[in-house]
Amino acid sequence: MSTQSSGPAIETTGLVKTFGETRAVDGVDLTVPAGTVYGVLGPNGAGKTTTVKMLATLLRPDGGEARVFGHDIVREADEVRGRVSLTGQYASVDEDLTGTENLVLLARLLGHRKVAARTRAAQLLEAFGLTEAAGKQVKHYSGGMRRRIDIAASILNTPDLLFLDEPTTGLDPRSRNQVWDIVRAVVAQGTTVLLTTQYLDEADQLASRIAVIDQGRVIAEGTKGELKASVGAGSVHLRLRDAEQRPLAAELLRRTLDAQVQLEPDSVALTARLTTAASNDTAAEQAARALNELARAGITVDNFSLGQPSLDEVFLALTGRDTQQPLPGSDDAHDPKDEVAA
Amino acid sequence: MSTTTTVESGELAPVRTDSLADLLVAKERPPRPSAWSASLTFGWRAVLKIKHVPEQLFDVTAFPIMMVLMYTYLFGGALAGSPKEYIQFLLPGILVMSVVMITMYTGVSVNTDIEKGVFDRFRSLPIWRPSTMVGYLLGDALRYTLASLVMLAVGLILGYRAQGGVAGVLAGIALLVLFSFAFSWIWTMFGLLLRTEKSVMGVSMMVIFPLTFLSNVFVDPSTMPGWLQAFVNNSPVTHLASAVRGLMAGDWPADEIAWSLGWSALFVAVFGPITMRLYNRK
Repeated sequence: MSTQSSGPAIETTGLVKTFGETRAVDGVDLTVPAGTVYGVLGPNGAGKTTTVKMLATLLRPDGGEARVFGHDIVREADEVRGRVSLTGQYASVDEDLTGTENLVLLARLLGHRKVAARTRAAQLLEAFGLTEAAGKQVKHYSGGMRRRIDIAASILNTPDLLFLDEPTTGLDPRSRNQVWDIVRAVVAQGTTVLLTTQYLDEADQLASRIAVIDQGRVIAEGTKGELKASVGAGSVHLRLRDAEQRPLAAELLRRTLDAQVQLEPDSVALTARLTTAASNDTAAEQAARALNELARAGITVDNFSLGQPSLDEVFLALTGRDTQQPLPGSDDAHDPKDEVAA
Repeated sequence: MSTTTTVESGELAPVRTDSLADLLVAKERPPRPSAWSASLTFGWRAVLKIKHVPEQLFDVTAFPIMMVLMYTYLFGGALAGSPKEYIQFLLPGILVMSVVMITMYTGVSVNTDIEKGVFDRFRSLPIWRPSTMVGYLLGDALRYTLASLVMLAVGLILGYRAQGGVAGVLAGIALLVLFSFAFSWIWTMFGLLLRTEKSVMGVSMMVIFPLTFLSNVFVDPSTMPGWLQAFVNNSPVTHLASAVRGLMAGDWPADEIAWSLGWSALFVAVFGPITMRLYNRK
């Protein structure tokens, strides 16, 4: 954590990109603090990739402003290019060349001399577990290997800011975990990471702040905790001793907590989703009251846990495609009349 | 931070995040490469591609051989009495025609390349912007040289004798390769402008056929109708063919060389900036 610049890594105001009639990015305001993983979460076509491409100087914005480490992305594009790296399904490596050739090629383009380029390429291939595949053409790599070489190509020079555009889309869970480990290693060395993803657990795992994007707009922004808290206080998960007591338990929870109760596939389990609207009590206080009620009714609880809401719930709530209202404070960025059913 | 990821995979070694961390600590960046050095690196990429897919040399080997054989024996007897007589006139011209025709594959390769993922990575690098394109053309210059040598070898076998000797022949080929490099900027433009490989091919044919056939490659233009002579005598391909023919014959056709270089400069000056504009906006 040596190089903490004073200002934010990215600052955008009212960023707009239109393709014909479509406003792919429709006034995005983002502030990404340096030295952290910042998650940009949204469904397919939300405008994530277009935003990243603008910030990486691959697309010119049609409106608004953006600065990367204080450099304007249009007027000072070259300075920006010198400090950022990009990995996405579009910005990958040359499939016809081998792993080594790709890394040496890019290292040379970054100004490394011949020997230094070869050394750096070999070291990265080694660290990424690709030494055996180094001499194979990249088109013969598996999906997991592809993503590794893509990321390796992005850190030939340690970038100050790394864009990872959907780095785990299409990967199996094990390869995905490995990409996560790489991301953690990169950010631990002081690089800022802007990560776009469709997977809520990915943002949950990696990002410290998250912006939720839908239809080209930021509809919510904050720390993970803030986002979750804005949707609901959390969930109470219960396992009962006796499956026959479940209907009664569900009824009691519904009454005392004013909560939505979901019966799990396991016949003794049920979940109550707490809402902040129900009372001013904290989630723990509400849960304690519920347990009390259950005990008084003679229902034996074997196992109990209190969880924060999942990001899935957050996203459904924010996009309005499910039940709840948008985050307080984000209404200005979210115009309900623009909403189209997904 | 986790240290080492363990994978129970027979095929893929684990990511070693500890050594990765060591690599990332190095924050210093080497100075940016010069425009020339970046272009050469892209040229090296073109050479690597030839190494991996040697079949792509077919168009600079088999095609030129076919051109020489076909036109020498097709027209030789009728136009010059015998193929052996005719090839003395034809070879420099057919050399020019074939190599200029081969340049059109540049557009196709640019077009197929931009569809692939690597293009955006190149565009995101802090390097001299035209170096990607110059690199293509440097790789292609190598192909043009190869095609020229192949045709020259076939010509020598068929009885072509250059009065200009080795120096004249090399000067002729050098001029031809230089012209082709400059001319190729038309194709990089089309490669970026048009959407599909097929349309690039179609448009290229429309340009290349009239341009190469309506020239003095096959016959002296003096028997052509006046309006055609006006076109043929001012065509860049005619100037180039005359210059190469002169150089190989041991003359020093300063006018024609100047015309060829002038056209080359014009092609780069017009189509270079258009290409770069398209490249930056892609």
